[in-house]
Amino acid sequence: MPASSPASTGEMARIPGMKTQRNAELGLLAFAMVLVAAYGATVEASRIGEITPTFWVPAALLSILFLGLHVVVRFTAPYADPVIIPAVALINGLGVGFLRRLDIGDALSEKLPVPGIFAGIGGRQLAWTLISLILAAILLLVVRDHKIVSRYAYTLGLTGIVLVMIPAVLPGSISEVNGAKLWIRIGSFSIQPGEFAKIALVSFFAYYLVRKREVLSLASRRVLGIDLPRGRDLGPVVTVWLLSLLVLVFEKDLGTALLYFGLFIVTLYVATERASWLIIGLLLFFGGVYVAYLLGASVGGPFANFYDRAEVWLNPFDNANYERLGGSYQLVQGLLSLGTGGLFGTGPGAGSPRFVPEVQNDFIFAGMGEEIGLFGLSALLVLYLLIVERGLRSALAVRDSFGKLVAGGLSFTLGLQIFVILGGITGLIPLTGQTTPFLSSGGSSLMANWLLIAMLLRISNAARGPAASGGGSDRSGGPKKAPTQLHGAMTEVIKP
Amino acid sequence: MPEFVLTVARFGFLILLWIFVFTVVGVIRRDLFAGVRSKSIVASPRGVGGAVPEGRPAKAKRGKAARQLVVTAGNLAGTRITLGEAPITIGRAEDSTLVITDDFASARHARLVPRDGQWFVEDVGSTNGTYLDRGKVSGPTPVPLGVPIRIGRTSLELRP
Repeated sequence: MPASSPASTGEMARIPGMKTQRNAELGLLAFAMVLVAAYGATVEASRIGEITPTFWVPAALLSILFLGLHVVVRFTAPYADPVIIPAVALINGLGVGFLRRLDIGDALSEKLPVPGIFAGIGGRQLAWTLISLILAAILLLVVRDHKIVSRYAYTLGLTGIVLVMIPAVLPGSISEVNGAKLWIRIGSFSIQPGEFAKIALVSFFAYYLVRKREVLSLASRRVLGIDLPRGRDLGPVVTVWLLSLLVLVFEKDLGTALLYFGLFIVTLYVATERASWLIIGLLLFFGGVYVAYLLGASVGGPFANFYDRAEVWLNPFDNANYERLGGSYQLVQGLLSLGTGGLFGTGPGAGSPRFVPEVQNDFIFAGMGEEIGLFGLSALLVLYLLIVERGLRSALAVRDSFGKLVAGGLSFTLGLQIFVILGGITGLIPLTGQTTPFLSSGGSSLMANWLLIAMLLRISNAARGPAASGGGSDRSGGPKKAPTQLHGAMTEVIKP
Repeated sequence: MPEFVLTVARFGFLILLWIFVFTVVGVIRRDLFAGVRSKSIVASPRGVGGAVPEGRPAKAKRGKAARQLVVTAGNLAGTRITLGEAPITIGRAEDSTLVITDDFASARHARLVPRDGQWFVEDVGSTNGTYLDRGKVSGPTPVPLGVPIRIGRTSLELRP
């Protein structure tokens, strides 16, 4: 049968949205850097009382760094999403600005001169930004097609699990910080391997699920209106569930456990389009957490830390909890900070963030919230939301299943991480030691999240670029048909 | 620094922050709000769908058999498929007969099945639905010639 003549399809009609929009990115980036400079100036004006002649230097340095990344993107991923980099750059820049503001505050309260640009945690964050951007650029340069990553899926999966497990097996003296065993500390240098595990695990999950999606989504029984998968297909889910519970128990960190488990469940959901996975996942997770809570109350031992955290979450203003070492002091100070900020905040540089322990790490949102208020915080949150939305949009638009799952999984991870830390700070969920992406001080988090962004840029380039050829989206299987061509009508398979 | 300048700087910064957010949204507005339009064509009560008996008025009226499926709007506009005896599956899945690149289409969206010379369109569990002209397709529905089948932002028509 004359099914179709490929010639008649011709070149795919270019839809108007296929512009690279790189100039829009450059413009937004410039705007973001102006904002970072304005933030720095406001901080100096209210903290020091005058605007020093060098107030623009951090913003200028950041501009050079982001401009470098922009140029790399121009050449290696010309169709990448135009708003991801500016939004992340603004958040990163404000993070540097806030850390520098902490340095200035600390120095002034000790009656020391205003620290230099490269001193203190602000300066270190600048250096980390430089390294992170170099890593992101390298990833963009090396991985010209995201599908290449799928070749190393099993290696990445193994790497991810090893990275997750390292802190759990190391002795507490090396890996434990504030009760959570998430670190590898050697001298003054410390990294959080779990941050990097995210990307490796997403790639592995995506690869695994692309291969298994058919059996997972089709072989199912219908019970009570939801499609339940067969028992043996549950194997990998249960494995990951156990893994995340082990993380919960041995690394004493609910946030990380929730992150890995949520990541897997959502990737599974995206792969199979079955809502039953979400229901099963949520039931399993909350069941596991509740059992851990009960065990912590009765048995103690490895569950005690988790029980304490839940107790702090439930009754933060309880006096016993507040006074206790490792109790709710931090949470309460954070809440008071946010409350002091109110709607519009005290103004950049005019708050007292140092009342909140760890304000440069986990509680940076509380510290910033005091100074920029709900009005400013919600702007930051909308920016995060937009970054996640762009990632999900790329996942929708990209043509290959692996790319879809990776982009969906990565953007969801980013969103979930923000939810976990913000929920913790505001008392919505038990507080766990997650970093705020791009904002908190710390190299591991910044590097890992910039790598994540680089991967999203790579996938969005494939998603928005010309579908048939070029743009790095060449199909890896050479003889495979270009998407515009129509398959022969006879060979089609109708899935039951 | 006078208090006044600080206040201006403080609120100025917040306003600038929001202007940035809206500028970002402006750049991607096309993407954000695409598809909202299709909400307005929710199945009209007298829709073509439902358990329409396998009548063939359309065919009887025209007396012409459909020979081609033409994509009239969307990413693949201009694509033509010559119709044969075999059913045609439409969706984003790579094994579909017509693979459409449309964010609002499902992997397996709809299929066209011939029966006694008449083509029927059937939604196969899509997320956003299939529309025949303005009515939502909820069962096998006969497709008259020249009436648009809408899937996401894509429109298809049968042509003689």
